[in-house]
Amino acid sequence: MTSDSIAAAARETAPAGARDFLRGQIRWRWSEIVFWLATLLPFVLAPDYLVLASQVAISALFALSLDLILGFSGIVSLGHAAYFGVGAYTAGLISVWGWGEPLTGLVVAGIAAGLVGYVTSFVIARFRHLALIMITLGFGLLLQEAANSAGWLTGGFNGLQGIHTWPLLGKFEFDLYGYTAYAYALAGLFLIFLVARRIIHSPFGLALRGIRENGARMPAIGAPTHSHIRTIYTIAAIIAGIAGAMLTQSTETVSLEALGFQRSADVLVMLILGGTGKLYGGIIGAVVYMVARDQFAGLNPQYWYFWIGLLLIAVVMFLPNGILGGLELLAESAKAQWAKSKWAKTP
Amino acid sequence: MGQVEMGQNAVSETITAGAGNADGSALSARGINKSFGSLVVAADVAINLPAGVRYALIGPNGAGKTTLINLLTGMLRPDAGRIFLGSDDITALPPEARVQRGLVRTYQINSLFPQLSALEAVTLAVCERRRIARTWWRPLTAYTEDIDEAHGILATLNLAAVCYRPTRELAYGQQRLLEIALALATRPKVLLLDEPAAGVPREESRDLFAAIAGLSRDITVLFIEHDMELVFRFASRILVLVGGRVLVEGTPAEIAADERVRAVYLGKEHGAPRHG
Amino acid sequence: MPPVFGVLFDGIAYGMLLFLMSVGLSVTLGMMNFVNLAHCSFAMLGGYVTVTLMNALGWPFFATLPVAFIAGAVASIVLERLFFRRFYNSNELNQCLLTIGIVFVSIAAAAYIYGTDQQPMQLPPYLQGSIHFRGLDLAVYRLFLIAAAALITIVLVVTLEWTRFGAQVRAAVNNQRMARGLGIDVDTLFGFTFALGGGLAGLGGALAIAMLGLDPSFALTYLIYVLIVVSVGGLGSIAGSFAAAMLLGVADMAGEYYIPALSSVLIYLVMLVMIMWRPSGLFGRR
Repeated sequence: MTSDSIAAAARETAPAGARDFLRGQIRWRWSEIVFWLATLLPFVLAPDYLVLASQVAISALFALSLDLILGFSGIVSLGHAAYFGVGAYTAGLISVWGWGEPLTGLVVAGIAAGLVGYVTSFVIARFRHLALIMITLGFGLLLQEAANSAGWLTGGFNGLQGIHTWPLLGKFEFDLYGYTAYAYALAGLFLIFLVARRIIHSPFGLALRGIRENGARMPAIGAPTHSHIRTIYTIAAIIAGIAGAMLTQSTETVSLEALGFQRSADVLVMLILGGTGKLYGGIIGAVVYMVARDQFAGLNPQYWYFWIGLLLIAVVMFLPNGILGGLELLAESAKAQWAKSKWAKTP
Repeated sequence: MGQVEMGQNAVSETITAGAGNADGSALSARGINKSFGSLVVAADVAINLPAGVRYALIGPNGAGKTTLINLLTGMLRPDAGRIFLGSDDITALPPEARVQRGLVRTYQINSLFPQLSALEAVTLAVCERRRIARTWWRPLTAYTEDIDEAHGILATLNLAAVCYRPTRELAYGQQRLLEIALALATRPKVLLLDEPAAGVPREESRDLFAAIAGLSRDITVLFIEHDMELVFRFASRILVLVGGRVLVEGTPAEIAADERVRAVYLGKEHGAPRHG
Repeated sequence: MPPVFGVLFDGIAYGMLLFLMSVGLSVTLGMMNFVNLAHCSFAMLGGYVTVTLMNALGWPFFATLPVAFIAGAVASIVLERLFFRRFYNSNELNQCLLTIGIVFVSIAAAAYIYGTDQQPMQLPPYLQGSIHFRGLDLAVYRLFLIAAAALITIVLVVTLEWTRFGAQVRAAVNNQRMARGLGIDVDTLFGFTFALGGGLAGLGGALAIAMLGLDPSFALTYLIYVLIVVSVGGLGSIAGSFAAAMLLGVADMAGEYYIPALSSVLIYLVMLVMIMWRPSGLFGRR
């Protein structure tokens, strides 16, 4: 048949169902709306914890950025903190140099991290598997060492001194209780989440899932895989940089741990804990991880990592799709149970 | 004996035609060489697919059939030789660029997207062809025509009923069809099918080949197939590859009569071929 | 003594340690494609075993070395049976996460038991000091390190090249499916290889204390170096691991001596360039 006849066949076979099917995947669910309303609760219920809440929101944003490359595109990274760190230091430096306006700071930090991400993406796109793990790990360590060596710029081991963030929109001072910080971080998280959601449900998002599912097959359907990977990697780097800048601005400090291996590992743990490739996985994981860490704050950090280690082992062994994956499984089996009992009752 | 010599003449004629890249050739290649270390997988291979032809590529296991498809589609780089799509030299193009120009393949072992539904997979292929797969600011659902086209392709291959299910849940034969659906979504000019019916029961493989035979004559098809009955029924020309070399090329009648083919391949494994 | 020779000498001794600690990972990675980031935890275990036996029980240094080897071997085979074998067919991310979890647990356990300080260790008198040879000043312990590691390497190469076990390991590294087809019990073989690799790491960790020190962060700090050796040398290649370990040892010592401010940056930079240039390593086949 010719392409015309294919088009004709398409008209005949009532493809409205196909459109509805795809629309159904994009639609906002009630649980999502409830979730985002619930993020406002800390203002009312836990005003003492707003500083923590702002850090949770920033970590969630960082995890969301990792989810875009790891969860949706299958690009493994053990050095994602590099871009977080570039954003964090950029925001810190322009503040030290005399410009403490937060929103423009975010933009500049995002651009800086995006540039680094774009340059590195040319390498990232060419590798997979173990080589990719080594390259991302090596790049993260390289940047950390470089920042350590460049003490004249970064303050080295002591961190950058003298950061001051101006009031948000010229009105809202970053207060000690974290009202402004949480509002700022939450707004940033929500807006960027909307962008990420849009990306995931676009043709480009479909191509990313194709790369994750079978990257080797993509060229055979005419897909410029490397170019797709470069785009999403750059976008993820920008988001990571914005998250880093938010942390610098709201805490008015930045140190080497902003781009260390530990941070790369932490964000990976959050994402894996919550569930990859689900958009909300990183957010849920960040909430659980950060709240747990706050509860164990008295603990020596060495021992904290004992539990994190155990948690990682347990999640990989028993909960491969994270908390959200586990919940989905529970919901499905409950549904099946319910259907079964209903069927048993009807004669 | 006379018939055999005629077959040989046919070969040399076709090869010269390929080398000269005559009009009406959809895909041609000449002087293709490839070796892995000391293992030669393609030795001075020349082929020429006239537009609209149904071409079978046969040969014993390890003859280099799949390798030849890999070489033609750019999945492997030849050590020497040139490849033409129509009159364009595509030797240096990466695989995705060849697909965009209409040179498309399928895989012998299902190579699909396990978690994507069949509809999403084919829609993806359509989007890549239309160059809209870079668009990240508009939702996929805005592209209704492309979704409809994907659904239409699936419908023509009798996959409409299962197209919402994740690929990994489809039956094996349906996955084979999805391989072809993905290829069709790219609007191929030349379609290289690597054992499209591999692993499919015989009755079903006939249906599958009937679907292939029903494709538009605008599409030039080359297929690898071991079942001689299917080969002789559906191919208008046959190329026999042995040890990375072209043994002979010709019409089914010529191939059937060629004693070297019988000796090397047909006689040993399948007995004398019957004409479909 | 001219610094060039001193740096070379120290670098070779350091490289020998790195080789011992990484060769097991190289073989297991090449054989099962299992990314075991916890490999250096076995080395750390060997180190703590030696320290404990010497300081708490008064064992002589040499008597502790076989125990360090056995501890590393037993720990690795236990982990292999409990966890790793379930992940041979999993993706490398899950393997990474699982083994990073084990690294975290091992670091925390070491910190809990031994604290975060460097462990003191008194070498036997005959391994202390240095000897003078044609104007060169050579530390006895480093000479001993080089000799010991060279000996172990020879034993290892002989084992892998001339024994039935070695032939099976090489077959499995080369083509696991084929090896199975030939009737080699790859699962058992891998258990043994894993034990051998873990044992060598344990031994390397014990030998490393006097030169590199020992604290809980050992498992992470030297993991990076071990990974560099493995990825630069090429998976499953003993000669490659050896060459890469020597190169890294000498380069790191030279960097620290001549340009201390930038030495780590340079090491990572060289590693990145190497991986990009030859993703399958200097001696890799893939």
